Amino acid sequence: MRILLIEDDPETSRYVTRGLREEGHVTAVADNGADGLSMASDEDYDVLIVDRMLPSMDGLSIVQSLREQDNPVPVLILSALGDLEDRVVGLRAGGDDYLPKPFAFEELLARVEALGRRPNKGSVATQLTVADLKMDVLARKVQRADQLILLQPREFRLLEYLMRHSGQVVTRTMLLENVWDYHFDPQTNVIDVHVSRLRAKIDRDFDEPLLHTVRGAGYMLREPE
Amino acid sequence: MNLYCTRCAAPGTCYVNQNSFLASSTFRLALLYVMLFTVSVLLLFSFVYWSSVRYMASQSDAAIRTEIQTLAERYENRGVPGLRRLILDRITRQQPTGSSLYLLSDPLGRPIVGNISRWPKVSPEDGWFNFNLDTSDRDDPDLHLARARHFQLTGGFRLLVGQDIHELKSAQRGMITALGWGVVLTVLLGLAGGFFISRKMLARLEVINETSQRIIAGELERRVPVSSRQDEFDRLSANLNQMLDQIQELMDGIRQVSDNIAHDLKTPLFHLRQKLESLVSRESSDGSNSQELQAALNEADRLLNLFNALLRIARLESESARTIKQPLSLPDLVYDVAELYEPLSDEKHQHLSVNVQSPVSILADRDMLFQALANLVDNAVKYTPEGGNIDLAVTAEAYGGSVSVCDRGPGIASTEREKVFQRFYRADVSRSTPGNGLGLSLVRAVIHLHNGTLTLRDNHPGLCVQMTLPKNLADLKI
Repeated sequence: MRILLIEDDPETSRYVTRGLREEGHVTAVADNGADGLSMASDEDYDVLIVDRMLPSMDGLSIVQSLREQDNPVPVLILSALGDLEDRVVGLRAGGDDYLPKPFAFEELLARVEALGRRPNKGSVATQLTVADLKMDVLARKVQRADQLILLQPREFRLLEYLMRHSGQVVTRTMLLENVWDYHFDPQTNVIDVHVSRLRAKIDRDFDEPLLHTVRGAGYMLREPE
Repeated sequence: MNLYCTRCAAPGTCYVNQNSFLASSTFRLALLYVMLFTVSVLLLFSFVYWSSVRYMASQSDAAIRTEIQTLAERYENRGVPGLRRLILDRITRQQPTGSSLYLLSDPLGRPIVGNISRWPKVSPEDGWFNFNLDTSDRDDPDLHLARARHFQLTGGFRLLVGQDIHELKSAQRGMITALGWGVVLTVLLGLAGGFFISRKMLARLEVINETSQRIIAGELERRVPVSSRQDEFDRLSANLNQMLDQIQELMDGIRQVSDNIAHDLKTPLFHLRQKLESLVSRESSDGSNSQELQAALNEADRLLNLFNALLRIARLESESARTIKQPLSLPDLVYDVAELYEPLSDEKHQHLSVNVQSPVSILADRDMLFQALANLVDNAVKYTPEGGNIDLAVTAEAYGGSVSVCDRGPGIASTEREKVFQRFYRADVSRSTPGNGLGLSLVRAVIHLHNGTLTLRDNHPGLCVQMTLPKNLADLKI
């Protein structure tokens, strides 16, 4: 993916670009707001990572200008402020996702990849398939190898999210935000228990596990190799 | 109706009520003053009485002395007949109820002339004496007291000149009555004055007390009103206010310092974490130090989480915290929290129940409230032993709604209940469990931001945390 990082802190900038390049992404960097906006307007990127506090032009203004130019590029906003209310402000300005500093690189990577591979808004699939696991979103039916699996509503939403992001790392925070729709900081890993319940239902009776734990990052639902 | 307590911050927080008014030091002082004043009035009145009585007695004695002198001179010049005529003349000239008494007798004691029939029983040879007048010949039933002088004339004749002092005595009695009423009036006026003065003083003191109570209750920005009179109460109020300002400045300073430290340390810590993370990913290929590096990374994460939590609480507590409030259903929020924690409590075989009595809709920040409730349920799950109950309940109240989270854990001793809201405070029983001691501080900050209240109760055994939230923020803005 082609990624543009607009960040003025050189340490963070170096750390993020190195990590992204190691993952095979082409990464460009701007260290101030004005340069960042002109780069984002002139070239095509798959994802923008924009810090909120920047010299010459703040991150939210960049996103607003881009949206006024009808530029639909997905934007991940980084913020040192990191509070819940800032998140809402950031998303209202036109950001697609919001990540408070300090963050783990895995969290950033998972979110950037989720943004980059986001399907177009018009066509949301209603039939999802990962290996022999099938989900009919409208009929709310899940089956694996022709065996019907009964799920609780929350488990269904959890699996749906994992299937829509199959092959990608999904962090616990991403699950909380997208499956539970709450932005908060759990003191214990409540999500793990939910995932292990789901895993018991979709993986236990089958030879090939589909739901994997990615150490230090989160979870991934993927086809067996 | 309690007169002195109508504007109390909360029930049970008043210092002064009607009972203690009588026990107030101002009233006691006024009472003491009234007592002292009464004693001095009594002394003054006694002196007035004593000196008037003395004056009246000496007046009467002087009259008697002069009369004796006149009579004695007449006796010297004109002998017994002359004296007798004069006495007769005096007696006839005065009114029947007149007060002058005369008696002249011969050396054998037989009366010659006078307006008393015989010598009084007590009569010394020569000098002053008092006696009871024989009033059997008059219509007056009162006992009349008389004062007289016995005078030995040459030739053995005895002369008695006296005065009926009945009038004098009744004048004295009248004076005692008047002075007595005077004392009673003084006491009554003094008491009334003391009552009003102490009430006035108390009212001004009560303003100071009430403000102190409100400050204790958490309204730190409150100040004692200062009037334009510039009296000692105003000076006291002004000094108190100045002291409060200084205290608040110090408190703000301490908070600011800790927040600044957290803020300034956050960036270098973040960089440290970044370096550690890079090292972990690089080392994991050859696998030499990766475990220790991972441990170091976890520690850095813990530290960063702590800082984040601290900064978050600081922001919530500061005036600048912006919240995006929207109408939300309190039961739905509680169900969501319960649903999130249900698998976790299930693993400990706990029974997590939600009891909703009626729908409640309030204006609140959804994510913050969820965070607060999640912290409480998290604690409940953590501290309730295997197989215990955790009960969540939502009740509608007139002003909004309340949510309670009750567990069956070790509970919190009543002495520690206020302390658990302090940052980093951990009750003795919780030291062995993981946590940073900021969970309840955050809950309190969130509830305060919503103008709600947070109370801890004993669940016998266990702990009940109850949060009450107003329906509309504007309703509760005082």
